[in-house]
Amino acid sequence: MQTPEHSPLFDALATATSAAYRSAVIRLPPDVLAVIKRAAAQETDEVAKGEFANILANIKTAERLGVPMCQDTGVPVVYLTIPKEVPLTQELYDAVAEGVRRATEAIPLRPNVVDPLTRHNSGDNSGSGMPVIHVRPGERLTVTVLPKGAGAENVSRIVMLLPSQKEKIPEVVTGTMLIAGGRPCPPVILGVGIGGTFDLAAALAKEALLYPVDTMTAFEQQLCDAVNRLGIGPMGLGGRTTALAVKVRTSSCHTASLPVAVNVQCWANRHATVEVKW
Amino acid sequence: MVTKEAVHLHTPLGDEVLALRAGDHVELSGVVYTARDEAHLRMQQDGIPFDPKGAVIYHCGPVVREKTIIAAGPTTSARMNSLSGFLFAKGVRALIGKGGMGPAVREQLKGRGVYFAFTGGCAALAASHMKLVGEYFPDLGMAEAVWAIELDRLPLVVGIDSAGNDLFSEVENRARAAAGAGPAEKCTDK
Repeated sequence: MQTPEHSPLFDALATATSAAYRSAVIRLPPDVLAVIKRAAAQETDEVAKGEFANILANIKTAERLGVPMCQDTGVPVVYLTIPKEVPLTQELYDAVAEGVRRATEAIPLRPNVVDPLTRHNSGDNSGSGMPVIHVRPGERLTVTVLPKGAGAENVSRIVMLLPSQKEKIPEVVTGTMLIAGGRPCPPVILGVGIGGTFDLAAALAKEALLYPVDTMTAFEQQLCDAVNRLGIGPMGLGGRTTALAVKVRTSSCHTASLPVAVNVQCWANRHATVEVKW
Repeated sequence: MVTKEAVHLHTPLGDEVLALRAGDHVELSGVVYTARDEAHLRMQQDGIPFDPKGAVIYHCGPVVREKTIIAAGPTTSARMNSLSGFLFAKGVRALIGKGGMGPAVREQLKGRGVYFAFTGGCAALAASHMKLVGEYFPDLGMAEAVWAIELDRLPLVVGIDSAGNDLFSEVENRARAAAGAGPAEKCTDK
């Protein structure tokens, strides 16, 4: 079979996607590492200290051996920024998918992507609607990969509050963790999307996970403190830190609406960005 | 890498597991067997392909390449809540997973065995304590197959002990009280 000819842009974007995937699954961004270390130092519970010791040893081992830190290497969620000289064409989507397939083979990643009804596994982490790709205009062409594991994703939720229920937002956030318990691999990082529409709130919640987690607004800190008062602790075994950080993104919404989405992320808030040059 | 003195155990496990208490740290060595949803269903139908007496089941779908374990952290055990009873009846002594299990499993473990928690996401650390020694049901695919893995001092915590103490449900009850919430939802049976 003849190998199809690809443009330099296709090759560069595919290569950058694969590189970003590799970086994301093997090592954590510095801000994420910093909040984990800070929480570990503040822990007093014996069991929780042991969990943090394992987490820190795991981060070191993954980096030393160049292997994924978690066997759930997630499904690919990709954010592209596109400068005006790059036309938004199908080629960009195809190149990202090609990068995901290459990463699956090369790193390797666990093949996690299946048909939702037949459960047939594509074997390469691509499929209908996969990778998930969000596109924004930007100064430079960049690709960000956020591999999302199922343990945390499965306990995420969206609630359509009434406009008069603004004070219930903290309850939505803590209630999400109360139901989730130890299953999403706490200490978690929570992305909260407020406003927009049913679908946009969920997208905002996920995008919030890309923002620096070592600083919080007063509102974010208030939500984080409320979650930590639950005492769920690392892995649901009890302890001071249930949430390492809460990050909030907002968008304008209908005057009759107040969507609130909580995207739960495990302690490994994996993501990496690579600039594409071609 | 545990912070208080750990109990060393070796598979196959016997009555020594009955002395363990929730919250104890353990370092486990010897062969364990991975199993997720599909493997449990297959074992119920076709039988257990290894000697279950004193065996340990690890809820895990590893990344394996060329007979080497690359990454092998625990998966959410609650998915196997309704699938585990037959294992204890056949002599299985312990499960390893994350997130805890439901009340039915807590009852099944009484006087028989324990549930060990391993830290979720710590797949590289786990793999550094492991050697692959066998495979059953390869047709189920990499994540769902049963892999026989030899452990070298994997650091674990006793989450549920054989006396019915359950760290996860204790923590959950405290969390619900802290939130002023009602009785626990049956979320762990999902």
